[in-house]
Amino acid sequence: MQKLATATVAFALTASTAMAATDITWWHGMGGRNGEVINEISQKFNDAQDTCKLTPVSKGTYEEALSSAIAAFRSGEQPNILQVFDAGAATIIAAEGATIPAEDLIRNAGEEFNRDDFISGVRGFYADADGKFIGMPFNSSAPIMYYNVAAFEKAGVEPPKTWEEFETVAPKLKEAGYLPLTASQLTWMMVENFKSRNNQQFATNNNGYDAIDGTEIIVNDENQVMMFEKLKAWADDGLFGFYGAGWSDNLKPFEEGESAMWIGSSGSFGGLQQSADFEFSADFMPYWDSIEGAGTQSFIGGAALFAMAGKSDEENACSAQFFSFLTSPEIQVYWHKNTGYVPVTEAAYEMAKSEGYYDEKPVAEVGIKQLQLESGEWTRGYRMGFYPQIRTVMEREFNRIFSDEVSVQDAFDTIQEEGNQLLARFAKTSS
Amino acid sequence: MTRGSGPRARAPRCNQNSGTQVTDTPMTTLETERTLLARLRAWYSAEDANPTKRVQFDRPLTPWLFVLPQLAVVAIFFYWPSVQAVTSSFYIEDPFGFGSTFVGMENYGDAVTSSQYRDTALFTAFFCVVVTALSLGLGLLLAVKADKVIRGTETYKTLLISVYAIAPPVAGLMGMMFFDMHMGPIKDLFALFGHDLRVGIDYWDTAIALITISVWKQIPYNFIFFLSGLQSVPVPVREAALIDARSGWRRFRDVILPLLAPTAFFLLIINITYTMFDTFPIIDVIVKDKPANNPMTLVYKVYLDGFKGNDIGGSSAQSVILMVVVAALTVLQFRFLERRVHYG
Repeated sequence: MQKLATATVAFALTASTAMAATDITWWHGMGGRNGEVINEISQKFNDAQDTCKLTPVSKGTYEEALSSAIAAFRSGEQPNILQVFDAGAATIIAAEGATIPAEDLIRNAGEEFNRDDFISGVRGFYADADGKFIGMPFNSSAPIMYYNVAAFEKAGVEPPKTWEEFETVAPKLKEAGYLPLTASQLTWMMVENFKSRNNQQFATNNNGYDAIDGTEIIVNDENQVMMFEKLKAWADDGLFGFYGAGWSDNLKPFEEGESAMWIGSSGSFGGLQQSADFEFSADFMPYWDSIEGAGTQSFIGGAALFAMAGKSDEENACSAQFFSFLTSPEIQVYWHKNTGYVPVTEAAYEMAKSEGYYDEKPVAEVGIKQLQLESGEWTRGYRMGFYPQIRTVMEREFNRIFSDEVSVQDAFDTIQEEGNQLLARFAKTSS
Repeated sequence: MTRGSGPRARAPRCNQNSGTQVTDTPMTTLETERTLLARLRAWYSAEDANPTKRVQFDRPLTPWLFVLPQLAVVAIFFYWPSVQAVTSSFYIEDPFGFGSTFVGMENYGDAVTSSQYRDTALFTAFFCVVVTALSLGLGLLLAVKADKVIRGTETYKTLLISVYAIAPPVAGLMGMMFFDMHMGPIKDLFALFGHDLRVGIDYWDTAIALITISVWKQIPYNFIFFLSGLQSVPVPVREAALIDARSGWRRFRDVILPLLAPTAFFLLIINITYTMFDTFPIIDVIVKDKPANNPMTLVYKVYLDGFKGNDIGGSSAQSVILMVVVAALTVLQFRFLERRVHYG
């Protein structure tokens, strides 16, 4: 807050000659309650100072926000700030010159920036190979396992920590009349975060961070295939429910009390509190005890904010000011409590803790704890171009697996092959 | 926009057909037209021009002035983007426009050799045939039946037409409620026959939902046109046919259907365009932005690769292929089918 106060004073001085406030825009991909909270935060920012006026604009989904901004950038109409989701990170970071690295933006505006202020799990994902923040982590989430408390009491079992425990617990939940498990977005849960929770390499070239050229995806390996062979076998035994690629189709059985566990986003907590009328709790997403070195932290999900290039110094200074405002503990805690996304700074986490928020709502702490688990060689993140398209390929193949059209190994061989073709195409975009 | 202007553009022609039966005014206009034609020849020279199809203007610029807005629209919204699409289809480009590599025909090669693209193309063809056939057939059937209704005609027609007022995304949403994998009534219906309908997971189950909703949405449009076509069949012709043939089916086949041919031909083209392009919102709602293994049309794939995948080159190549195919299809239809259509 002090930082903010000094910044505001500094700005008041420099901008004293200018009568009107500098207008900046922020394009994001959030709707519903989260979109409202974005408006509230923007209002708070506008009320807190009078040199800058921030206008948030919802552009639909994450994908739509990114593609609108790309189109706008090409015609010189880009917003000052753009929210980009995890899978789109490689696209925007590879386009050097489209953005101003968040660290540079903040330092250029004469403000302080300290990487260590951020919780460990969020530091790497939107940073370059040297750890420099390109994007400003904003709404960060982790995939966690929600569970129906009554279901576990009825079956007389404990929520599983590992997939091995799941295999012993699930049949008992089934006997108790529940579908043991559903999971939304298997690409995020069972591939990307399977890699991080079990400390598995996801791509060559240091998970894609070191170079764009020659980066290849690694998905048809023994462990990854095993994960899906298990899922398929569980689905056949009625221990796992697969309802396609749609997020809410897989959530619905949990909301209706039919399934005992649901792997979803920590950011779903706010919505679940309203939609689920039974007692539920949450725990870390399970890992495989049989895989050596497993049990590491998960990749950060959600999205980050990028300052787009081609704007005047005054506007950039406003963007920097907003980034600092956004990472202030008060705003982080406000965002955290209202949406369920995790706070991105240590200070904000401590503040929420000291306020007793987690005694009241322990589920809210699960995501942030999972992001602070021990890190591993491969838990920092991944950087692959055209990754949204690779996800689309995965979604297609997963549907084929669960409707018995293709074997798990064949499906992953296809993903590997088509994924590498896409990566090779992406390498050509920047040369 | 273009579809909206359809009914208005078409209506006068229907009237004209019946109009020629009662009046003989064309003779007088033909007279003046000849003298004017001589003057027009002076302006334009050459051109054999069918005199009956000529429209006369005093000044040569006037007709151009009238078509200018339309030409501008076509140039800005069709030619310009088309040229852009063709250009970018030869490059693999950074989405933000920083770097690009000239790859010649590689984008086309990648598209055509991709098994995913071929599957999508095959599905699009199948979808086109099925939706067009079903919506034309059902529209005609309903129109023939509605034409015979005497009491309560207006209510009957309004009920049939009202569906047309529903916007495609809304139609998609309504359809999706019926087909929902957790609580859709159609899922229960299929369960009665022992089929576990899993729209969104099973390829063909999703195809069934897509086709049903697309056909449902298009029937009213075809119905309106067929009905107005049927109502413009002159009573004397019907009565004469009644003397010649007792069988209702034969009368329909030999007399009514040929007279409906211009309407049917127009609808055929419109329906194919509808299935190829206008079903986009329905597909988008049904696959919920994540097509996975579900069927989709070529247009949806262009959108997916270009806008979600940010692969501008690949997506442009696909849209150029699509443009060529649709153009070829339209030319073929006009050359081979229209010959058999008698405009009366």
